[in-house]
Amino acid sequence: MSVAAREGTVLDCDELTTRQVNQGLRALPTGSRVRILNPRGRHNLAVGLVHHLDISIEGDVGHYVGGLCDGPDVRVDGFAGWAAGENLMGGTIRITGNASERVGASAHGGAIVIEGDASTRAAISLKGGTVLVAGDAGNFSAFMAQAGVLLVGGDAGEALGDSLYEAVIYVAGAIKSLGSDARVEELTEADVARVRELVELAGFTHISPEDVTKVASARELYNFDAVKAHNY
Amino acid sequence: MEPRRRHLALRESHSFPRHVIDQIHGMAEEGRYEIRGWGAKRALPTFDDLVFVTASASRYPIEGYRETCSTTTVLGSRRAAQPLVLDTPITIAGMSFGALSGHAKEALGRAATAVGTSTTTGDGGMTSEERTASKYLVYQCLPSRYGFNPHDVHRADAIEIVIGQGAKPGGGGMLLGQKVSERVAGMRTLPAGIDQRSACRHPDWTGPDDLVMKIEELREATDWQKPIYVKIGATRVAYDVKLAVAAGADVVVVDGLQGGTGATQEVFIEHAGIPTLAAVRMAAEALREVGKHHEVQLIVSGGIRSGADAAKALALGADAVSIGVASLIALGCNRDSWWDAESDRWVEAADEYEALGAAPGYCHHCHTGLCPVGITTQDPELERRLDPEVGARWMTNYLRAMTMELTTLARACGKSDVHHLEPEDLVALTIEAAAMAKIPLAGTSWIPGWP
Repeated sequence: MSVAAREGTVLDCDELTTRQVNQGLRALPTGSRVRILNPRGRHNLAVGLVHHLDISIEGDVGHYVGGLCDGPDVRVDGFAGWAAGENLMGGTIRITGNASERVGASAHGGAIVIEGDASTRAAISLKGGTVLVAGDAGNFSAFMAQAGVLLVGGDAGEALGDSLYEAVIYVAGAIKSLGSDARVEELTEADVARVRELVELAGFTHISPEDVTKVASARELYNFDAVKAHNY
Repeated sequence: MEPRRRHLALRESHSFPRHVIDQIHGMAEEGRYEIRGWGAKRALPTFDDLVFVTASASRYPIEGYRETCSTTTVLGSRRAAQPLVLDTPITIAGMSFGALSGHAKEALGRAATAVGTSTTTGDGGMTSEERTASKYLVYQCLPSRYGFNPHDVHRADAIEIVIGQGAKPGGGGMLLGQKVSERVAGMRTLPAGIDQRSACRHPDWTGPDDLVMKIEELREATDWQKPIYVKIGATRVAYDVKLAVAAGADVVVVDGLQGGTGATQEVFIEHAGIPTLAAVRMAAEALREVGKHHEVQLIVSGGIRSGADAAKALALGADAVSIGVASLIALGCNRDSWWDAESDRWVEAADEYEALGAAPGYCHHCHTGLCPVGITTQDPELERRLDPEVGARWMTNYLRAMTMELTTLARACGKSDVHHLEPEDLVALTIEAAAMAKIPLAGTSWIPGWP
């Protein structure tokens, strides 16, 4: 590990194990800036951090980048593997490339911005987090999402919002199909204002807040009903 | 002569006994399956079908009360820097706040702390009460991820990734709306009063190759300090145990068919999974085949009731056992009355059992939230029927008595450590038990299915 006062801390994956990188991050004081170099698809970088850091990862990462975190702002200049920002509680994660499956799985808070596309099951099991995708989102996105918001700047795949609870989805492009108990709802002024805030937060310029499609739960599966048992 | 019947010729059908008739009536009237709590009620080969062949001329026993018989149990020593070091191999299984009342969780935690064992959270997250009450708390990472967060990961003593449970292997959790109070709902990020049918698959990984990365994530998040358990429902035990080991688990928990639940479909409870007796030996052999027996510790659960059950599980290869339903019984489950700590007297609960269509000794109505003795409820009036201090005392006594039963049998087998019990200390009383546990039938050297 080397420390340069102007650039912040530098952690080089070519010289350090994943454990050493994460130990280095944990040891930094709140508010520190840190660059992680040469990740080369390394899994589990910057996980389990519960204090604020400004982390810049320069290259592609593997699974779980920024998982189980509450506080840091993580920027990945590259692509991300599965479950980026998994179980995020607070802070932000920005991925400049595409994100693979399950981005933002079970995120309770914070915001995850994907400047490219997101693969299948984006925002699965979402519990209050915000997942903002500039491009397309794959099949089964927002499956069993309980709370929070998924914004898709491109098209959404099949079975969008299957078994939704209270989470809300906004899609700027086309929706291939809706999942069980998901329905399109009328866009209110509050929705437009909310989408405007989200696109400003993400820095997306290609989305018109008035033109998105809102998807939410029909709430017909909230209590077991034998007549609707085929839906279970 | 005109024939005269002296007695009613009541003969119950084996195929259609009264409980089956009642089930069919219920399905016909309501068009739905039965949901209930507890575990399997059907007859199964169990640990009761094994007995110990204790010391005699060929082996000498250890003195009770005088010579030491160690019960110290280490869990998580494979890769965790801080494994759990327990004073007894009898641990408390995962049961959620939501399924159980706060008083029940607190009582279990206090008792576990008193005897130096661990207790486990459930599908709903960690409450501050159970964290405070429990010296060793295992934090479950379930498919639902209700309430799961990094702060509690850091507060936990071990993490248990739950793939399945014995009562419903292949199924997700279930908490019916009547038990989903404001606090329970808040912990689960869901509206109060709705049925909570939690996921049966984890949201962020699918197969054993992904589990490798998931376990590494938890290790990195905890700086490789805390043991990582993997819990499976007993089905394809040999494969699942080997895959858990390959994925990096420190501890494998195998929950047999008799394992309990707060609520699930009865068809699941009675018709999925294999008996604990078979599962324990399969799991131990799987660990042995990959050279990890006792390096990766094995915890067995599902219908464990006594020190004898624990001793037999250990002899068959387990390192520890977990108790769920039995611990609730120790707290007063299915008792005909509850102890009113304020007025210092027993209070009959017959009317409440009857209102549920149950009776003491038969009740499995955990799913209703109307537990007559205050254990599986979120109703404050019912919850007060279990005083946490009194419950903790009963549970402490039970755990101590179980541990003494365990050491009694171990000493009689000539073991100065309960972990020295071995399959050779057992014989089977039935052919089925002999085949499942791979133990010779008593009086023979015959193990069915073996050369």
